[in-house]
Amino acid sequence: MIRNSRQLGGIRRRLPEGRGLAFLLLAAGMILLPGFAEAARITDSADESIMDRAFRFLSFRDPSVRLAVVGCVLLGLCCGLLGTFIVVRQFALFGDMLAHAVLPGIAVGYLWNLSKQPLHLFLGAVVAGLVGAVLVNLIQQTTRLKRDSALGIVLGGFYGIGILLVTLIQRLPGDKSGLKSFLFGSAAALSEADVGLIALVSVVAVLLLGFLFPYFKAVSFDPTFASSIGIPAKALNYLLMLLLAWAVVSALQAVGVVLVSALLVTPAATAYLLTDRLYRMALLAMGFGMLAGALGAFLSALQTGLPTGPFIVLSASAVFCLAFLFAPRHGWVPRWRQRREQSQRIGRENTLKALFHLRESAGIGVKEAGTVTLSQLASHRGETPEEARRQVEELVRHGLAELGGEGTEIQLSPAGRARSAEIVRNHRLWELYLTNAANIAPDHVHDDAEKIEHVLGEEIVAELERALDQPSVDPHGKQIPSLSVSGKESGEEGTP
Amino acid sequence: MTESDSPALEVHDLTVAYHKKPVLWGIDFEIPPGKLVGIIGPNGAGKSTLIKAAMGLLPLSSGWVEVFGQSLKKTRERVGYVPQRGEIDWDFPVNVMDVVMMGRYGKLGWFKRPGKEDREIARACLEKVKMLPYAQRQISNLSGGQQQRVFLARALAQESDLYFMDEPFAGVDMATEEAIITLLRELCDQGKTLFVVHHDLASVPDYFDHLVLLNLHLVASGPTEEVFTGELLNRTYGGQLTVMAEVAETLRRDEGADSHPQI
Repeated sequence: MIRNSRQLGGIRRRLPEGRGLAFLLLAAGMILLPGFAEAARITDSADESIMDRAFRFLSFRDPSVRLAVVGCVLLGLCCGLLGTFIVVRQFALFGDMLAHAVLPGIAVGYLWNLSKQPLHLFLGAVVAGLVGAVLVNLIQQTTRLKRDSALGIVLGGFYGIGILLVTLIQRLPGDKSGLKSFLFGSAAALSEADVGLIALVSVVAVLLLGFLFPYFKAVSFDPTFASSIGIPAKALNYLLMLLLAWAVVSALQAVGVVLVSALLVTPAATAYLLTDRLYRMALLAMGFGMLAGALGAFLSALQTGLPTGPFIVLSASAVFCLAFLFAPRHGWVPRWRQRREQSQRIGRENTLKALFHLRESAGIGVKEAGTVTLSQLASHRGETPEEARRQVEELVRHGLAELGGEGTEIQLSPAGRARSAEIVRNHRLWELYLTNAANIAPDHVHDDAEKIEHVLGEEIVAELERALDQPSVDPHGKQIPSLSVSGKESGEEGTP
Repeated sequence: MTESDSPALEVHDLTVAYHKKPVLWGIDFEIPPGKLVGIIGPNGAGKSTLIKAAMGLLPLSSGWVEVFGQSLKKTRERVGYVPQRGEIDWDFPVNVMDVVMMGRYGKLGWFKRPGKEDREIARACLEKVKMLPYAQRQISNLSGGQQQRVFLARALAQESDLYFMDEPFAGVDMATEEAIITLLRELCDQGKTLFVVHHDLASVPDYFDHLVLLNLHLVASGPTEEVFTGELLNRTYGGQLTVMAEVAETLRRDEGADSHPQI
């Protein structure tokens, strides 16, 4: 079973084109659909300036603006919460499938009596979504196809039917104005009934997931264990699916079929980058979702002729990009900065080590003052005097050394002397440990010790010293500098 | 008390099939309480399936399971479980304490939150496996041995009388293995029954009082000194059983895959 799930993971990784294919299908759908570009918008007055529109939006004078904002914000909250569970359970593609699969249901719901009756559209969508989910399971269980392929097939097939039906409906007489907005979303077209539906699903989702949070957490983390303690894992899964279908359907009017899954996944994924606790992730995801909803509604109100869905999703994506770059632990910039700081520290420590070696051969004691010249350092490391000067200046900046004698003589500060002795001790201790305890030949241990010397902490050093019985000489016959005994000499000349 | 008379676990004529392919055939055994029991058998012998079926997590084709003389439904709270480490997404956003608290969820009522007492029990269990200093760590930042200790702590927090453990020694270091076996012995001495899937034959006689030798069917079940013999091990790991595996495979092919739920 483990092997199976690994295999699945492998296939998932090897087939990133699945999504690309879905987008290709989507592009084909766009070509099929005449005149989709003329999409709906929040405000209709085209003669206002952007500032006027911004002001009108922010003043909330317009009842349609109020409805749009309330709808989008509630939607963000609800989708963020449900998305949390989708992301941690690796269900993202399932949400995508569900969102596309409801389109034929909506078209059929419209055809029922050729009007945008919310109840009919809703029922049609839920039925289509459930049929899609059942088909995915059926394909998965009766063939050798894995989950991702099954999802891709159902998503594409249903979306194709949906696009055809919607295109046909466009040619029928009657009121079909709002139907197109199901593709890309139009917050302006939100009716009171639509917002009511969104509010209802949000309240139900928050109450159910809130009260049953421990159970949902346990089932998502470890379904087998959860079942073993009597949590009805299957029932909770179906409940989550049902809430998901409901949320997707209620989100369609505002965000559209194509982008609903992004509203489910992106805020939750953003939250996942920022925290390691599920409840915090859920709260953050709800916050990001509401932010994206409000921003999207606002931005689409600024410019006429643009649909709401893309603005909501782009707002969510912008927040995600910020988290991706700057999240304290998982973010790209902090990690990059940490790596840079680390490599700079290693550079300083290598300079200190070279200085230690020079002082050692000159017979200067570990804790004694005593200078080494810049040209000595340069020739020891096989570098130009300019390079050596730059390295020493870096030490000076960190208070580890001073440059005297008109900038040619290097004097280590007490801190620099201590740190240089520490590094050399770590290096020689590790070499000794490898030769003694791991039976590695003395001429093979140097490179390894070059890396390890920078990462050994005090605790491990103490453990090493204990394991090696407080050694004083490394495998090359060199003195291991001791930090506890003051002024101990280490003047032994050893192998190169 | 009828407690002492009834076996900790009684499995009667248990058959389990995946997609009509039998993976366990007519398993029959009893385990007296207070024993440390090893389940031994080659790969694909149905060891994990046996413990999942015994906990009622799989549909049974035939047979029944009783825990302390009662049906599983009535004794669910007395059964603890340590799943295989590999079945979990270790990047899941929970910390060590969260995982151990899940051991208390079985005793919660619906719509209830774990309380202070549960929290203290969880801390004590973490202390027992020497993981208390890691309570606030995210679980992906743990070594394999530490992850296994967390799972054990969660099982301890269940305060059960019968435990099923799926390869608790897989992929852990020697120190952890010793700590785990000491802990299991302690639990046994308190009268708990432990049912442990195990792989390393060399340590079997040291670890277990009682053995269940399994290879699709039950080869033997009994005290270690009676059952851990060359002849029985040969029958467990030896070649005669390939016929059984072949028949099972034929059954699957002939019947075709059906919509049996897969866990």
